[in-house]
Amino acid sequence: MDFSFSEEQTLLKESVSDFVKSDYAFSDRAAVLESEEGFSRKNLKTFADLDWNSIPFSEEDGGFGGTAVELMAVMEEFGKGLVVEPYFSSVILAGSFLRKAANSSQKEIHIPKIIDGSKIYAAAFSELQSRYDLYDVKTSATKEGAEYSLNGEKIFVLGGYAADTLIVSARTSGKPRDLEGVSLFIVAADTAGISKENFSTVDGFKAANLKFENVKVSAGNLLGEEGKGLAILEDVAAEAIIALGAEAVGALEILYRKTVEYSKIRVQFNQPIGKFQSLQMIMSEMFIEHVQVKSMLYMAVMKFDAGEDVQKSISAFKVQLGKAIKFIGQNAIQLHGGIGMTDELDVSHYFKRVTMIGVMFGDESYHLDRYVRLSC
Amino acid sequence: MDAKYSDEELKFRDEIRQFFEQELPETLKSKIEKGEPLYKEDQVLWQKTLAKKGWAGINWPVEYGGTGWTLMQKAIYFEEQAQHDVPGLIPFGLSMVAPVIMAFGNEEQKSRFLPDILNSNVWWCQGYSEPGAGSDLASLKTTAVRDGDHFIVNGQKTWTTLAQHADWIFCLVRTDPHVKKQVGISFLLIDMKSPGIDIRPIKMMDGSNEVNEVYFDNVKVPAKNLIGEENKGWTYAKYLLTHERSGISAVASSKRTLEKIKALAVSTPAGDATMMEDSAFRKKLAEVEIELIALEYTDLRILSEVSTGKAPGPESSVLKIKGTEIQQKLTELRMDLASYSGFIFHDPVGDNNEEALYLRGQGIDLAAQVYFNVRKTTIYGGSNEIQKGIIAKAVLGL
Repeated sequence: MDFSFSEEQTLLKESVSDFVKSDYAFSDRAAVLESEEGFSRKNLKTFADLDWNSIPFSEEDGGFGGTAVELMAVMEEFGKGLVVEPYFSSVILAGSFLRKAANSSQKEIHIPKIIDGSKIYAAAFSELQSRYDLYDVKTSATKEGAEYSLNGEKIFVLGGYAADTLIVSARTSGKPRDLEGVSLFIVAADTAGISKENFSTVDGFKAANLKFENVKVSAGNLLGEEGKGLAILEDVAAEAIIALGAEAVGALEILYRKTVEYSKIRVQFNQPIGKFQSLQMIMSEMFIEHVQVKSMLYMAVMKFDAGEDVQKSISAFKVQLGKAIKFIGQNAIQLHGGIGMTDELDVSHYFKRVTMIGVMFGDESYHLDRYVRLSC
Repeated sequence: MDAKYSDEELKFRDEIRQFFEQELPETLKSKIEKGEPLYKEDQVLWQKTLAKKGWAGINWPVEYGGTGWTLMQKAIYFEEQAQHDVPGLIPFGLSMVAPVIMAFGNEEQKSRFLPDILNSNVWWCQGYSEPGAGSDLASLKTTAVRDGDHFIVNGQKTWTTLAQHADWIFCLVRTDPHVKKQVGISFLLIDMKSPGIDIRPIKMMDGSNEVNEVYFDNVKVPAKNLIGEENKGWTYAKYLLTHERSGISAVASSKRTLEKIKALAVSTPAGDATMMEDSAFRKKLAEVEIELIALEYTDLRILSEVSTGKAPGPESSVLKIKGTEIQQKLTELRMDLASYSGFIFHDPVGDNNEEALYLRGQGIDLAAQVYFNVRKTTIYGGSNEIQKGIIAKAVLGL
């Protein structure tokens, strides 16, 4: 039994942490958010230069061959800096579909572009009615000779704003909520028939809603077996929850630490508010919840890498995370008082980001339900 | 990073399993299976069985006849102990007074007391709390005044667990009333048969008499029963808190309890179905289970850090707080399952007129009484609020 990072993993974590500390001050980030694209191409190039994009890809695909431990190490540090560049949505999420399902010629075309950072990828799998059910797909893909024709709408496509290439789930057979019949496609974002509605998310990220009208996709861009996309989607979602969860655990650490520090300097009734026992109890509980959710993250990472009880462990983690996000997040705002509500202070930005992560790939209630189902 | 046992650890686990399966005395086995109460004689028999094997001193170093096990080995032992429903050993002698005697006692005290503790020949109880000294333990008032080669002890201890069965009591007593409260305390061992000691049972809300008041009226205690130096008792008492925390999370026994609750839910009828199909109950169960998984990994994380040489920090307060909260939630789940059937009062005093050592419910019997009893866990051993105060000060620097 070993809960420590290897030397290599420690170095990776430190290099990400150094980047966040030296190049990602809160004011730098604010400037990035103000820019037209909402993220920095320069930072994306730094990620590629430092070889962070290659982490999740296998050595034979030209990557580093990292496990979930490396993913966690990078994302936890990104979480501490509230990094908004589309690293998660392109490298981890869209990249994960390619890693898990692409054939060798598809891998050869796409993976190098993600690793060298020259193209941005995004995944489109949510629909208005689907909520968090990955099999609930109305978007259709009809085979016409050597092509498929895609029709339907996808919502909340993270990084969809700037994406060059999309991974899209569409139904090739069956009814909207059938488990079978979901297929995955690699689609160039500028293909005729795709219309985009760009928007910002509440936590400062950029995303898009996409509409597909008779979008022609060659059969060579079918990702994995026709109709068997659900297993891949679920596998991808598990890894995505680990990555986003690690980001949230990093951000939650900052939230409780900043709250403690603020309570030592904020004076009311002639003493630092951190001297008040009622607030000390709350901050102790924030610390405890962080210890617990970090343990749960480690559990999920180790189960994921060992391939044991993956889906059930992921749901357990997401339930614990949902609780920690609400408890630590809400109390961070409460203890900061009015200043915690402002846009000026970073605390509110951490709160918004973790709240967003709480919902992504299923909120607490969804995963509690799923945990119960998987326990049967 | 991985959560697997090594081959050596797996071999160790098999050895423990084999011992429990083969050496648990028949009388105990049958009582445990039937959920019958355990008495002092059962506890003594089991500890003697373990002592023969060399396993009674789980936390003890080899030089005193202990196992010398690593933290990981102890964790494995506790896990197997819970899985086999084998009783745990009473801690007052083995893991409370003995480590203090080992660290601060003289050779005469070590040879006089340790072997009898290990072999369960002598039972101990803890004389810490007083009516006016609970969370603020250092404000205790029981006095010990030096009189030649004796101390004369006067005062009152309370919440003394199993004092009615104890041969000896280890006490914190005030030997200097004129200094700061923490520095005037000494650590004294007292024979419970000494004239002037009066034990009065306290009847608790679950009907049990686990705890007692112990009165001292001019009790004459030989000075050779003083541990270490006079007025250093507070240091010795604190030593215990930082040194022996293994098992404090109670994860192993909570996991076992949860398994039993699940099995019980499947056989508990609810309308045309069972409670296992009751969605409100299922969700409540899942929430406790998830919190317990997190605690298990927190426990392992701290254990893994301590094994690599880091001193156990105040983070172990997290284990006490979450561990006891989960223990309490488990009693609620059992009460939920039991409904009316868990509310039939069972007198802890049996037909033999003797009271069982602790309340043990089988199935849904005693669900409410156990619920009442387990409220103690967030109060004892430094209440959970005190633990949060420790985190605020020692970890967060508030």
